[in-house]
Amino acid sequence: MDNLFNRKYIIQGLFIAVGLILVATLFYIQVGTDKYFISAESNVLRKIYTFPARGIIMDRNEKVLVQNEPVYDLMVIPNQVKEFDTTALCQIIGIDMKKFRKNFLKARNQSRYQPSIFEKQLSVQIYATLSEKLSRYPGFFVQSRTVRYYPDSAAGHFFGYVKEVSPTDIAESNGYYSPGDYIGKAGIERQYNNELRGEKGIVNMLYDVHNVPQGSYAEGKYDTLAKSGESVISSLDFRIQKLGEQLMKNKVGSIVAIEPSTGEILAFVSSPGYDPNLMVGRQQGNNYMDLIKNPNRVFNVRPIQGYYSPGSAFKPLDALLGLQEGVIDPNTTFNCPGYYQAGNHRLKCEHVDGNISLRRGLARSCNTYASYVFQKLITQRKYKNQHLAYDVWQNKVRKFGLGAPLDVDMPFERKGILYTSDEYTKKLGKYWGYTTVISLGIGQGEMNVTPLQMANIMAIIANRGYYVKPHLIKAIGEKKVIKKEYVKKNYVDVDARHFEPVIDGMQDAVNAPWGTARGSAIDNILMCGKTGTVQNPRGKNHSVFIGFAPRDNPKIAIAVIVENAGFGSAYAAPIASYLTEKYLKDSISVSKRANMEWIKNKEILPDPPKPKVRAKPKTADSAKTDTTLKTLPKKKTVTNLKPTTAAK
Amino acid sequence: MNQQGGRFFFNVDWVTILIYVALCAIGFVNIYASIPRAEAEAFSFATNYGKQLVFIITGLIVGFSILLLDAKFFSVFSPVVYGVTMLLLLAVLVVGRKVAGNQAWIPIGSFRLQPSELAKFGTALLLARYVSSFGPKFRDVKSIFFAGIIIVIPLFLIMLQPDTGSALVFLSFMFPLYREGLSGYFLLIFLGMIVLFIADFLVPMGILIGIILTIGGIFIYQNRRKQKIMFSSITVTIIAILYLFLVKLSYEKVLEPHQRTRIEIMLGLKTDPKGAGYNVNQSKIAIGSGQLTGRGFLQGTQTKYGYVPEQSTDFIFSTIGEEWGFAGCFTVIALYIFMLLRVINLAERQRSTFSRVYGYSVASIIFFHVFINIGMTIGIIPVIGIPLPFISYGGSSLWSFTVLLFIFLKLDSNRMGFI
Repeated sequence: MDNLFNRKYIIQGLFIAVGLILVATLFYIQVGTDKYFISAESNVLRKIYTFPARGIIMDRNEKVLVQNEPVYDLMVIPNQVKEFDTTALCQIIGIDMKKFRKNFLKARNQSRYQPSIFEKQLSVQIYATLSEKLSRYPGFFVQSRTVRYYPDSAAGHFFGYVKEVSPTDIAESNGYYSPGDYIGKAGIERQYNNELRGEKGIVNMLYDVHNVPQGSYAEGKYDTLAKSGESVISSLDFRIQKLGEQLMKNKVGSIVAIEPSTGEILAFVSSPGYDPNLMVGRQQGNNYMDLIKNPNRVFNVRPIQGYYSPGSAFKPLDALLGLQEGVIDPNTTFNCPGYYQAGNHRLKCEHVDGNISLRRGLARSCNTYASYVFQKLITQRKYKNQHLAYDVWQNKVRKFGLGAPLDVDMPFERKGILYTSDEYTKKLGKYWGYTTVISLGIGQGEMNVTPLQMANIMAIIANRGYYVKPHLIKAIGEKKVIKKEYVKKNYVDVDARHFEPVIDGMQDAVNAPWGTARGSAIDNILMCGKTGTVQNPRGKNHSVFIGFAPRDNPKIAIAVIVENAGFGSAYAAPIASYLTEKYLKDSISVSKRANMEWIKNKEILPDPPKPKVRAKPKTADSAKTDTTLKTLPKKKTVTNLKPTTAAK
Repeated sequence: MNQQGGRFFFNVDWVTILIYVALCAIGFVNIYASIPRAEAEAFSFATNYGKQLVFIITGLIVGFSILLLDAKFFSVFSPVVYGVTMLLLLAVLVVGRKVAGNQAWIPIGSFRLQPSELAKFGTALLLARYVSSFGPKFRDVKSIFFAGIIIVIPLFLIMLQPDTGSALVFLSFMFPLYREGLSGYFLLIFLGMIVLFIADFLVPMGILIGIILTIGGIFIYQNRRKQKIMFSSITVTIIAILYLFLVKLSYEKVLEPHQRTRIEIMLGLKTDPKGAGYNVNQSKIAIGSGQLTGRGFLQGTQTKYGYVPEQSTDFIFSTIGEEWGFAGCFTVIALYIFMLLRVINLAERQRSTFSRVYGYSVASIIFFHVFINIGMTIGIIPVIGIPLPFISYGGSSLWSFTVLLFIFLKLDSNRMGFI
């Protein structure tokens, strides 16, 4: 033995040290972290989804409005693809080589080993041809899912549409959605997406490195079955929905009809509309681009997004508030010399009626009468100043659902415009009074409402003092549940007795010889209503009618707006009466059919662009001066002019 | 000739043989576990585990046959064995079959001979004989030089195949030489080379040179009165800097792209879990997913479903890690370390320098294989394709390790005699 013997310990020590390094590293990756365990699970575990059918949508008579149709996505696993006749495949599925290459590269970039969609939503016919020959194309397979089919091709705005999820949707879905899934993007499909979509079924499969399934994980303990979406029953009555759409064809505007006692929306027409089937299938993107080119903004959901001055349709509210406050009684008369003198300017009236009382004032739609009522309300002695009185007034108006969204079950509802006194002060300075804002009395000026809000005002009057929040879905699923807020009565703090004189006036407007809408009376049904000819700063006046029927125990409240169509009695009132008649009697009386067909075929589209030098828009104070009916545009030229909503 | 009354297995170290058998058994079990389940249904000699069983049995026969040989045989014929293996290494370059880019195999019928495996014990034998001829005076430059030649010839020939992994194993002969008197500085220099090699990738060249100059400068300044140390310090500093450039240069010019990538991945400079880093990443996932006690025999998913390539050969350790967990890994490493320490202890009790040098060689070769192979599967060493001794699937490797070990056991059983 020599001193070199000690080197044995150095070498043995080195062996032990290296052994410890290995053990320590192993300890870290095996016990110290579960990172690798998780990676291992994601290596072998694949979640295979089965897609549920989306819930169906029915109308109030349980007529099916939406069905599901099978379509077939052609899937590809890029690394399993072998050489094949690409031209033949392209021909079958109807794409060109350029698209083929693009699709294939996209799929390969997503993953070489996992399936991704190659071409989506092939029809049954294409699938039939393809499935015979699919064995010639290794790496390709077909996955079925369902898409929407809307048999009536109507009510596009109501349904909205279903579209592939965006990255944001995926991020917000807490892991429910993955790329290629579909989600409701607008309308009811969006609002009730969670109820309609159902639950995806999950099968946990073990896969080997070549992506060959090796059986289910843990004997399928964690697998779930796909659950179909809940069916929903809409409050729409598709008979009048379709009639409304026919009547509004080639016109711009909106119809909202509500069942007053329940707040259920019976008709929800937005024109121009679109066939919801255009937003389904492979051509969705192209169709969307085509529709969006329409200058009349097809995707504007006018019933809840269109802004209109209520115009004369606001007058019943004046009367109601006047009666409630006690500044007038049903017999109070005001003198109408053909105008109302507000400070140093005049607000014109269409007729000279002399002393006029409430009932006749409403039936004749007298601006002077309405202005006097408004004046009286704002100049009440009990309030310290007019600004205070104005705030009391506008708060009462808000009770009628104006100036705030009505929380309808539709996405993107707008709230309308109604100023507070502070907002006026900000805009006009300290010195303003009733004369400055007098046009509010006749529903013009700084006041905008949506058609839904107008129809809701009618529902309030029909109910004599309350409304139920309007809604489009009356029952969800088998248990037919509905949200609590949609059964609650919202009172407007006007006593029921004050409604009768107002309703008298509205009854006369339709039924009395001197009424503004006498041509739209319905046999055997006492319809009450109010016409409006809404001054429109961008073009011809809008034709407006709001009303309800029958007078006792009302079944329908309705608001109709036809843009650029002039007098309320010209288009809006007849359209409203046809819908009401159809709803209440299920048929239109023979005498009216000819005129109805005439309206259906009438085209009323916004004016072509006006020459640059043109008169400044009339001020809000000089409403309703156009008294002729020959204001209909002669051309249907597509214009760049925005639709004539007075959004501010 | 046997001094112990004709009893062949007298004095044989049964403890080492027991560990050997245990490791072979572990190998068989895990090769069985790493084939697809469908193949495991019926036993067949056509499967990997079936073949491995044949290899183990024949390996044991070969091993015990070696115990029957005369101990003197190995010392006497060591130059012949060495010469033959070197010829085979040359031959493989000419007639060898290319497998996965390496020309490492000579096909003989259905059997494939891998001369680089034989070269290990050929070199060990000749080195032992050469060193033992000096007695205790193994220190002068000339003897070290010739010992170096014995090692470098096979190393160089294997590099030409090119099989860098197997070639690197020959560096393990540093340990027996160190034990016999090679200056410890060689080990330190070697260690320094590795450190500098790694640092070359991680630290910018300028900073590295600065550090070397600073350290060198301090040494030179402190030893300015001792001329000899001062000069060697200067030399070391200059060589270190030259070495840096050489590494950079050879890295770019000599190494193959796949080798470069492997090194970069190991150093964490590059992550490429789908490409070159795939093996290591999957192997780490498999081992890491075993956690403390493993998924259980045949329950591994990563290894069973083919996520780890070279499952039963170079990456067999990932099956152990996945199915037996940390407990299993610890056991295997403990068995190896125990065997290595045992072999070193046995080597130290030899009377003859030949047996001792050979024993150290055996321990060092096994150590290198174990360290590099396991280090590779857990990502602390670049991917170098060398098998895990006794466990990895493959006849050539199992037999050559068996022969390597059993020659030493024979020498050890004969330690009372003279060679």
